Amino acid sequence: MDKTLLKRKRIIPGFGLSMGVTIAMLSIIVLIPLISIFWKMAELSIGEFFAVIFHRRTLAAFGVSILCSALAALVNLVMGVLLAWVLVRYEFPLKRVMDGLIELPFALPTAIAGIALTSLTVNTGWVGSVFAKLGIDIAYTKFGIIIAMVFVGIPFVVRTVQPVLEKLDGSYEEAAAMLGAGRRTTFLRVVLPEIRPAALTGFGLAFARGLGEYGSVVFIAGNQPYKTEIASLLIMNQLQEYDYAEAAAIALVMLIIAFVVLFVMNVIQSRAARRAS
Amino acid sequence: MEKKKCRPVPVIICAVFIALFLILPLVFVITEAFSDGLAGWWANITERYTVKALKLSLLSMVAAVVINTVFGLFAAWALTRYYYRGQRILNTLIDIPLSVSPVIAGLIFILTFGRSSPLYPLLQQLHISVIYAVPGIIIATVFVTLPYVSREIIPVLNAIGTAEEEAAALMGAGGWKIFRKITLPHIKWSLLYGIVLCTARSLGEFGAVSVISGHLRGRTNTLPLHIEILYNEFQYSPAFAVSSLLVILAIILLVIRSVVEHRGGKNEQV
Repeated sequence: MDKTLLKRKRIIPGFGLSMGVTIAMLSIIVLIPLISIFWKMAELSIGEFFAVIFHRRTLAAFGVSILCSALAALVNLVMGVLLAWVLVRYEFPLKRVMDGLIELPFALPTAIAGIALTSLTVNTGWVGSVFAKLGIDIAYTKFGIIIAMVFVGIPFVVRTVQPVLEKLDGSYEEAAAMLGAGRRTTFLRVVLPEIRPAALTGFGLAFARGLGEYGSVVFIAGNQPYKTEIASLLIMNQLQEYDYAEAAAIALVMLIIAFVVLFVMNVIQSRAARRAS
Repeated sequence: MEKKKCRPVPVIICAVFIALFLILPLVFVITEAFSDGLAGWWANITERYTVKALKLSLLSMVAAVVINTVFGLFAAWALTRYYYRGQRILNTLIDIPLSVSPVIAGLIFILTFGRSSPLYPLLQQLHISVIYAVPGIIIATVFVTLPYVSREIIPVLNAIGTAEEEAAALMGAGGWKIFRKITLPHIKWSLLYGIVLCTARSLGEFGAVSVISGHLRGRTNTLPLHIEILYNEFQYSPAFAVSSLLVILAIILLVIRSVVEHRGGKNEQV
């Protein structure tokens, strides 16, 4: 019975062709190349694998990557929720321009973002010279890395929170206000619980993006081992020295972190969906 | 709900943030690009290696857009028009390139086609070089932009449902006719936006292409790689002049997006 039901659903022609093209392309472009990481890793013994992963320089690079992308995602979380709020709830001139600009980090090549942000924040740059007077270096420090990661991560939180805020029924807020809640209480008790899953998802996406980011960070980071070397740059260095197996080992750990983050986001989202229904 | 009157403080905070992080870099690129005047800008972007890099970028862009548009349409069709086991897994697989670091995207193709790969002897016999050559750049670009078209179409196809197409199929219309007469009019705006997104992303890809290109100037240099070389050689105004081309493209993209969103929204209401 199950089979006939499935068959009946396929009234629309083209199942074989579209599935064939999809699976063939996915195998050639995504699956086989990804499997090659495991293939290459098999050259390392388990001991060697852990020696690569727990090497001081590797750990330091992961530390820089994780710390900076977490801080950048945090900045994006706060600013993203605020931006989404302002864009949904307020009317002001040039609002559509601001809304469109949010997408810029998706549209602008990362290398250009990288060289522009670096030139702005070096000690002689437009922004860097102001901070240099205060004794703060931006370019070639972790601060610079965070700035680049904030740039690439801006759209994620805004674009996940915005639709939720648009759908949010204003009557609850009105009710809360009528019952005497102040603006802060209304936001914390009424609005925040509604947008929390979306905001966390945006945070996760921005974090994952920052973790894997290369183009915008490589210019501003300075790339000093143990200090401002990020994990993706370490892979790049190992490739240049033809240490393919080591590069594959570090890549695998990065992939695992990214997938764990995305998995947690999925769980948060589906829990929120269940609660809503 | 009625829009509240504007409260200035949050709006100003947001405006300052956007101005510092998004507008200032754009202004900076354009200012630097034209620091030698219009003639200097023109000389910079018509320089021999820049034109070569532009050609290679355009070639890999066209390849990525054609391949991913065809793939995106088939994949979106396969994912939304039928029910079967493993549908969610397939959906996740398509999105993988979005969550993979560009450096890793380059690495996997080095491992698949490079000297250490089991495929390498075969490729050598056929005299095909993938790594450090144009095919590698194209394949890495295709990987990075794989989901862009399908992701834009899938939500629209899910939203319109399958009733119209089923009716057409029951009345005897073939697959191509159903697609052209029923599906395409619904998805044309999101398809267009997906293609535009894919175009911009493929021209701008840096990390994956950087890993795979081997930086052979004039042979495997795309625009972003050429910008990197110029910048590292302290040739700032040529670097920003070349960048300005891609910045202009990015701005065009944002305008198209906002138009598409506007038109798409109107269509849904009708």
